[in-house]
Amino acid sequence: MQLSGAEILMKVLLEQGVDTVFGYPGGNVLNIYDELYHYSDRIAHYITCHEQGAAHAADGYARVTGKPGVVIATSGPGATNLVTGIASAYFDSTPMVAITGNVPVALLGRDSFQEVDIAGVTMPVTKHNYIVKDVNRLAHTLREAFQVAISGRPGPVLVDIPKDVQIASAEYEPQSAQQKRPDPAAREEDIARAAEAIAQAKRPYIYCGGGVVIAEAGEELARLADIADAPIGCSMMGRSAVSADNPRYLGMMGMHGRYASTKALNESDLLIAVGTRFSDRATGDKSEFSRGRKLLHIDIDPAEISKNIGVDMSIIGNVKVVLAAICARLAQQRHEEWTAEVAAMRESRDNDISMCQSGLTPEFIIERAGSRMRPDETVATDVGQHQMWTTLYYRFTRPRTFITSGGLGAMGFGMGAAIGSCIGRGKKRTLLFTSDGSFHMNLNELATAVTNGLPLVIVVLNNGVLGMVYQWQDLFFGGRHSNTALFRKTDFVKLAEAFGAKGLRAETREEYETCLAEAFRMQTPVLIDCAVDCAERVLPMIPPNKGISDIILK
Amino acid sequence: MDKEQFVVSLLVANHFGVLTRISALFARRAFNIDSLTVGVTEDPDFSRMTIIAQGDDYIKEQIVKQLQKLEDVKLVQLMHADQTVLRELMIVKVRLQPGKLSELVEAANTYRASVIDLSPDSILIEVTGEPGKLNAALEYFRAHGIIEMSRTGPSAMGRSTYCLANG
Repeated sequence: MQLSGAEILMKVLLEQGVDTVFGYPGGNVLNIYDELYHYSDRIAHYITCHEQGAAHAADGYARVTGKPGVVIATSGPGATNLVTGIASAYFDSTPMVAITGNVPVALLGRDSFQEVDIAGVTMPVTKHNYIVKDVNRLAHTLREAFQVAISGRPGPVLVDIPKDVQIASAEYEPQSAQQKRPDPAAREEDIARAAEAIAQAKRPYIYCGGGVVIAEAGEELARLADIADAPIGCSMMGRSAVSADNPRYLGMMGMHGRYASTKALNESDLLIAVGTRFSDRATGDKSEFSRGRKLLHIDIDPAEISKNIGVDMSIIGNVKVVLAAICARLAQQRHEEWTAEVAAMRESRDNDISMCQSGLTPEFIIERAGSRMRPDETVATDVGQHQMWTTLYYRFTRPRTFITSGGLGAMGFGMGAAIGSCIGRGKKRTLLFTSDGSFHMNLNELATAVTNGLPLVIVVLNNGVLGMVYQWQDLFFGGRHSNTALFRKTDFVKLAEAFGAKGLRAETREEYETCLAEAFRMQTPVLIDCAVDCAERVLPMIPPNKGISDIILK
Repeated sequence: MDKEQFVVSLLVANHFGVLTRISALFARRAFNIDSLTVGVTEDPDFSRMTIIAQGDDYIKEQIVKQLQKLEDVKLVQLMHADQTVLRELMIVKVRLQPGKLSELVEAANTYRASVIDLSPDSILIEVTGEPGKLNAALEYFRAHGIIEMSRTGPSAMGRSTYCLANG
């Protein structure tokens, strides 16, 4: 049947199983929005206050569901506003399809009104992108975009559709949803070699990355840990892959990792790195990271092997499949001495990291809110100290429940991501930990949460400063707080009320408990402004490019 | 690890933007390109590129792997130097000083080059061959005064059964 380009977009979205999109209308997507009007019974569109919020929402939606998130924006400023959201999705390997309108084909390249070469702009932060200049290619291109987004290591794909292509008609033939391209098949000999190395290791350590969450391989990873008799540490992105209740679980390692986790890594003789890219935030000093141990790297992306850290062995493939294959080959290992050493590290006083033992501490804020959350409910964060505190103190037990901007570290991620996560989970309760700094960036999205009646609990760790940078200035810049000691006068309670949300304030533990009780009774957005001491630090901390011997504990 | 020059052959989709994607990848990953040539193949859906770059083993490996991740790149091959033929074309406009024409024509013949244009003040010489030969010819013509020149950059192909598709 002959359909307009805009309607072909609707049809392909439905084909691919998309029933939820995020976006913002504008001049060069009017035709798409007109079709969204007609398809509103099948495709729910959530309008945000700013395209960046929509991009983060699509990202958050994808992170909780595992399905590609879809975001729509108009040309020019609409498209450029997506860029931070696309980049965040790219860094953390989130499947996403971004649809942008553009000026008609004949006006491309003439600096027309609201024209931006968004394909050029997003080239470094997308897996691939397309400009569709012929409506006859539209359906095929959109399908390919979905396939690229979900295949192998997932990531964002952008499709730029000029206005006249949305208007023009083409023949449309329905198709079924795109399947992932086959994952690279792990080589038998690589698996055998890995199993052999694990069998020979005396002090194995498993380093779990975000790829384990994406591949839904947490069970296989925990099984390998049991068979190999190894402790499990993780990167920030791998934080929800394995339950914090797992007795082998040590928590995050690296710059702001748990002492025991980083220490055990440092004492290991075999590092089994799974679904991770050895971010500099996780590794610190690279030579110390590799010294004295063999490195085995399992990942779906061949380009990650020996990119940041040279490894001794690698297996390229879907980590879920690879882990299961290694488990099948490996006899039960026993490392009693190592297990005892790790247990001692876990008991070390160096794991106590709260600076203040009384008052409304970050640890208290996060743990008490966490105690009211069900295991399957989602936690999102913004970026900075509160994000690290969440990573350190929150007990995640289910995969895809921790939504955070890891690789890009984009302040302002939280509101959009929490909204998208909440919608992705069927509008179930979602908790956002944010800070006065991050929240100020995209607080406009409170309006989106209120409009949609989302049961969002927003906990603002308000210390008046840009905490993480403030901390670095304390540690490395002689305490010169250049542009970080803001102490803005924003009244977050009034602000929340102005947006139509509930606003609460806590300055003591007792007040916080009362606020939490009220907040968790509500089914609509509620913000709790928590007074936090700006002297609180994220500890432990290993300074950049340093090792465990340089760890700052107090 | 020492830096060395190496040759990468690629088969890429023949549509707009591909060259940008590849050159942008080199730029953002901080890989240096010495030369890049591209042209359509016998199948109009594909172009073939030859990239000459420099780097150690780490750079070589990363270049190939990162190129393989691009949607538009169909095949990437790090070419074995001893099984690869390299050819480049250079056009050089040399100042024609009185009485030097026959010397320049003879030099062109020695380099198996062709004289492709002649004016009272200049001679246009086309040299084809390995990059080393072009360098040698250039050095010779330099003494006469080079007005301007243009090189295509080397194009590479494996010998005999050493093909991009099965390399």
